[in-house]
Amino acid sequence: MSTGSIAAHGHDDHAHHGPTGLARWLFTTNHKDIGTMYLMFSMIMFLIGGSLILSVRAELFQPGIQIIQPELFNQLIGLHALVMIFAALMPAATGFANWMLPLQIGAPDMALPRLNNWGFWLLPPAGTILLMPLVLYLFGIGTGGADAGWTLYPPLSAQSGWGIDFAILALHLMGISSVMGSINVVVTILNMRAPGMTMMKLPMFAWGWLMTAFLLIATIPVLAGAITMLLTDRHFGTHFFDAAGGGDPILFQHLFWFFGHPEVYILLLPIWGFIPHILETFARKPMYGYKAQVWSLVCIAALSVIVWAHHFFTAGMPVQALIYFMYSTMSISVPLAVLFFCWIATIWRGSMTFETPMLFALGFIILFGIGGLTGLVLADVAADAQYHHSYFVVAHFHYTLFAGGIMGVMAGVYYWLPKMTGHMYSEKLGKAHFWLTVISFNLTFMPQFFVGLAGMPRRIPDYALQFTEFNVISTIGAFALGLSQLIFVYNVVTTWRGKGEKATDGVWEGSKGLEWQLSSPPPHHSWDPQPVIK
Amino acid sequence: MSDSHAHGASSYYVPSHSHYPFTLALGLFALALAAVFNMNGKVPGWAMLPGAAVIIYVVVGWFGDVIRENRSGTFKGWEDRAFRLGMLYFIGSEVMFFAAFFGALFYVRQLAVPDLLSFDMLYPTYEGSWPLAGKGPSDAIPAFTPMGAWGLPALNTGLLLTSGVTVTIAHWALLRDNRTWLILGLAATVLLGAAFMACQAVEYHHAYTELGLTLGSGVYGSTFFMLTGFHGLHVTIGAIILAVVLGRTLKGHFSSKDHFAFEAAAWYWHFVDVVWLGLFVFVYWL
Repeated sequence: MSTGSIAAHGHDDHAHHGPTGLARWLFTTNHKDIGTMYLMFSMIMFLIGGSLILSVRAELFQPGIQIIQPELFNQLIGLHALVMIFAALMPAATGFANWMLPLQIGAPDMALPRLNNWGFWLLPPAGTILLMPLVLYLFGIGTGGADAGWTLYPPLSAQSGWGIDFAILALHLMGISSVMGSINVVVTILNMRAPGMTMMKLPMFAWGWLMTAFLLIATIPVLAGAITMLLTDRHFGTHFFDAAGGGDPILFQHLFWFFGHPEVYILLLPIWGFIPHILETFARKPMYGYKAQVWSLVCIAALSVIVWAHHFFTAGMPVQALIYFMYSTMSISVPLAVLFFCWIATIWRGSMTFETPMLFALGFIILFGIGGLTGLVLADVAADAQYHHSYFVVAHFHYTLFAGGIMGVMAGVYYWLPKMTGHMYSEKLGKAHFWLTVISFNLTFMPQFFVGLAGMPRRIPDYALQFTEFNVISTIGAFALGLSQLIFVYNVVTTWRGKGEKATDGVWEGSKGLEWQLSSPPPHHSWDPQPVIK
Repeated sequence: MSDSHAHGASSYYVPSHSHYPFTLALGLFALALAAVFNMNGKVPGWAMLPGAAVIIYVVVGWFGDVIRENRSGTFKGWEDRAFRLGMLYFIGSEVMFFAAFFGALFYVRQLAVPDLLSFDMLYPTYEGSWPLAGKGPSDAIPAFTPMGAWGLPALNTGLLLTSGVTVTIAHWALLRDNRTWLILGLAATVLLGAAFMACQAVEYHHAYTELGLTLGSGVYGSTFFMLTGFHGLHVTIGAIILAVVLGRTLKGHFSSKDHFAFEAAAWYWHFVDVVWLGLFVFVYWL
């Protein structure tokens, strides 16, 4: 963004009125409180989602069935994905939006503060409903959690146990939460900007989130429709996905991926928004190609809703459709490449220092780059027939969603944590966390490209002997990756509790933007009156 | 995406703490859990009542708070703009919800039903043509008569289109501070909405008892009842909103300058009106 001079400055009023203790958090309307709750919820669910998949990796350490029966295995993989996507990554992005958007655009709060709190408080019930059948199952009650994978494809999901119903209701609650949160973000950005902050002076993070919010408003209702049809097929005698009644299971795949593909960009657009801020800060150079980046974000969001069928090329489609979806998918690489080149140009010949947020941002560029390039291979209809439903796909989307998603979120956490808490985190632990994460991440997922190419299918608890070595490496890597995250949790929690030196207002030497002009931590109510951007 | 700001240095209204959002989440939690257990035969239907009661309590209380804030002059143009934008994008999300069901209808009509011909699996006389009716025998598609367009559905189209006119008359009167025509227009709109719902109920009864057309009548019954059912639910909600607006009007609320609630209700009403036109053409007529 172009820097503006500040005419009016927020008063440093730390006092806030209303209830204290637990009621402050339950009944709050403050964007910082709500942002904090989103981020805490996200971290807890990240640990739960990680534990689910470590059980899976333990089973895959050796061929044969050792510790987990296939019925439980199926629940664990599906719930891992649902928890990580809907309860860890999406709330993390919404937490950042709540904390930072009002600070960055000079707004006194989010536009609809009560709606904001409702959006958050829908999530703990939704997470509980999602995981409840799994817990009941472990105590011997019921048929277990959703066991049809996170995509919930019928006919499997139409015939499966009650876990699917729990998942559908949980997804409905999370969907309401997402739509309400998105409406709030859109209204905040369009209506609450400081005087003088035109759309083309918006921070890139706001642009990224604006596109995410548009996508959520447009696609979550379609997911809601699809899972409602699934629910009525299961319990109320409809035949949407049942060929015996004239329906079609492939219809579910179309509806699901009309939401599911944009969902990938929903997870990543906020991160592509703040990565440029981190790069410009630690390269001490202005962001390269602001307008090109903005229009790339817009193009990616627009293209993401017309490419969905590349997720099921092998399900059966006319050749014309295959070719259309192949080329439209590949065309996304054009604006995405523009983003990559802008990121690289931003740090080109910069006076770089490598604090933890910068390390994560650079690791993000390289590893997410691998995720993007392997996606191009999957977009190729002819090649996809071999890769489809193999571990190659698993490796690909973990390079995009772990390296692109989770590592991006961590870059953001380290970047803004001193601003949010008023204290510096431990740089030593941060660097250790980064290097352990990068090494163990590659140890986990690089072998999965190879077993996938060799033909190992995903979503199975047992495998052929020749895949053993790579799976052993992958499991060791996964446990190292999981344990490394405990360093992150420790670092964040101790910083939050006031360990570490006091942070300055600017925190980073090269920081730019309105949020760095407030104190660290910012006053409970900030930017009232609003700053004026010249 | 206008860059104009009318508010300058004025302060935005940030409400103090409220228990309603949290309570609403709890109500939905109770309702969702009861629904899941009920669908799986673990609890009776009335187990959903407590959650539903909490939701109704919150809707009344929360909107009551907003109405009181509005009456005490809390909201200026800036807050009004936030509400308008919020309502606009909410209706946008509703449009996409219906788009999913229309998409399903077009998909099964154009692709799934004709494609099934090549599988030779439904029943010997299967013709692969819409509306798949009365051609049984099949367990999944028992013989039924599809719903015609020119009886009650055509009347319903007339009722809803007329209600779109009456709500516009009410808006026109409100902008001129003409309370009589405002009240008459609103009352007529609510009555037309109620009449629509009554006709819909008669139509459903006719379908179930005389045509043999049920939710389980193959994919025709699925799309027919889910599309018209969700639309009917939205008409009901819209009519309730309009009735509240009418009640507030009778108490002297709203002026030609300050009437966001009225406009939100009117937008919502036009939205269900347009959805109905899509239904009439693609579900009943063609």
